Amino acid sequence: MKPPNGLATSLYRGMVEIREFELKAKEIFRSGKMPGFIHVYVGEEAIAVGVCANLRTDDYVASTHRGHGHALAKGISARSAMAELMGAVDGCSGGRGGTMHLYEPSVGFLGSNGVVPPGILIGAGAALSAKVRGSDQVAVAFFGDGAVNNGAFHEGLNLAATWNLPVLFVCENNLYATEMPFEQATKNTSVASRAAAYKIPGVTVDGNDVLEVYAKAGEAVERARRGEGPTLLECLTYRWFGHHEGDPGTSYRTKEEVAAWKKKDPIQRLREKAVAESWATAGEFNDIDNEVSRVIQDAATFAVGNPQPAVNTALDHVFSN
Amino acid sequence: MGGVKTASQAEAGQTADQQRLITYAEAGVEAVREEMRRDPSIFYMGQGIGPRGGNFQQSRGLWAEFGGERVRDTPIAERGQTGLGIGAALAGSHPIVDIVFLDFVLEAICEIIQQASTIHYISDGKFKVPVVVRAAGGGIRSTGPHHSHTFYSFFMHIPGLKVALPSTPYDVKGLMKTTLRDDNPVIFIEHKALYNIKGHVPEEEYLIPFGQAAVRKPGDQITLVAMGQMVHRAMQATVRLEQEGISVEIIDPRTLAPFDKDTILTSVAKTGRLVIVDEAYAACGVSAEIAATVASEALYELDAPILRICTLPAPHAFSPSLDNYLVPSVDRIVSEVAALVGKKL
Repeated sequence: MKPPNGLATSLYRGMVEIREFELKAKEIFRSGKMPGFIHVYVGEEAIAVGVCANLRTDDYVASTHRGHGHALAKGISARSAMAELMGAVDGCSGGRGGTMHLYEPSVGFLGSNGVVPPGILIGAGAALSAKVRGSDQVAVAFFGDGAVNNGAFHEGLNLAATWNLPVLFVCENNLYATEMPFEQATKNTSVASRAAAYKIPGVTVDGNDVLEVYAKAGEAVERARRGEGPTLLECLTYRWFGHHEGDPGTSYRTKEEVAAWKKKDPIQRLREKAVAESWATAGEFNDIDNEVSRVIQDAATFAVGNPQPAVNTALDHVFSN
Repeated sequence: MGGVKTASQAEAGQTADQQRLITYAEAGVEAVREEMRRDPSIFYMGQGIGPRGGNFQQSRGLWAEFGGERVRDTPIAERGQTGLGIGAALAGSHPIVDIVFLDFVLEAICEIIQQASTIHYISDGKFKVPVVVRAAGGGIRSTGPHHSHTFYSFFMHIPGLKVALPSTPYDVKGLMKTTLRDDNPVIFIEHKALYNIKGHVPEEEYLIPFGQAAVRKPGDQITLVAMGQMVHRAMQATVRLEQEGISVEIIDPRTLAPFDKDTILTSVAKTGRLVIVDEAYAACGVSAEIAATVASEALYELDAPILRICTLPAPHAFSPSLDNYLVPSVDRIVSEVAALVGKKL
């Protein structure tokens, strides 16, 4: 089925921006200039982009430790995000949060998060606020397979289902929680099937097929916006690299497995399909690649040159006045 | 604050309703009701706070007035309800999350300490987190170790949290109203044994600023700092101490964060002696913090070692004989304070 005009190129641009952002962040990290440590989203771009393409600016997203992709897809600029990864003053959190604490109220981004499951609760809570206020805003909570065996998953989904909250729970099942294979972490490895426990829809999609993610997430978002309650969307995917930058990711995964998943690269898949179906030309995609490359290089230059906050601000913002 | 009276004005004011007495629980209901009428962003959720009106009647009548959307019973899911409260606060609401028993706040502690207290700071001030976590601590009628604890010192330990600790109906109302106009996470801790006490609460609106201690009784020989139910026990103990000629000044901090150290330091400069009575444990407790503050800032004003009278370091026991021994009693306060000035009572 032909997507609406411009959709394929728009989704493609979103994914390439995340891919290039993450590869640049890795490069800066390896140069030793970046503080902390980062969890990159390479390989999973279709999920953030496919889901967020269904959202309005005033909808909400609660994210995870692997949250750069969600932040960019929800509308945080590459400059603002990269500067935050550098702990720099013009980062989206003023350098106080860093990679795992990206925040931006103007686009409804309720934070990446250093703790695995609280984003589920924060997303559901934003949806509760929308419901109590009588707004038609929708919230999305992204989380990995590592979150679903934690009690917060149960409490969040149960409350959201019981109260019919306008929230979409997106599980990015990349098969490993740090190094723990999912089948060793649970007996029931179908995350979507757990939706039945809460009497809400559970849907499994190919998380490396951005058009499928976009379509299924779109149905769930519209359902939530109509007041029909939450959906659990399980996106099957894979991270190309280790859990965090510096983890080779090879002690618990085979080279063959990694290589097989790289062949399912969501960016190349969309591009090849779009060209084959004549939705867009190779030239259009090349132009996007070049434009994004400039945006990311600009973001990197900006972020690396951006100063860290002055120490006389260290005690600012502990409280709101 | 417009025409709103300050606490001292209202307390001192000889108004027509000077004798209006209501309970500690009713004072909290009044505060929440008035603020919910004023501010549509406030909603209230917790276990049994809807039609039942709260385990301690602390939400009586609110569900009937505001309905189930804004006064929302929750399942037994302290972490979930707290986490949702934080998310709702980020999205522009001002939720009250009633944990009911302070002991169960431990189920939600990570959300409070790692999320609620940090987000304003780590978002560079972009996100406010106006969530109220309400719970009742302390022992009452032998409720045993899972329903009797006085867990507040660790909230005072954490930057970004405010902690209110009312001991009277007047303070419950004034502090709750201030809480519901504060954009920060506030831990609002009542005492189970105080819900039925009555006290003067004026009809007209008033607010009690955070960080302003109350001098419950003036005195010139000993400064005694007490919180929650211990304020009342200290007041009773003082009646006997004064009969023996021992003059005690009782200070109730009313909020632990922000903390009014100046009132204590001023008093210690006058009395030269400091006693802290706390229903929580001594180790790393509020009493330790107060003692450290006075030792650091007023050591040379002291004529005697700082005395801490705290719950003894054991889990709360069921048997009344044991638990009454563990928790500071009026008798224990009398004898230990008297000993500080060389008297045996």
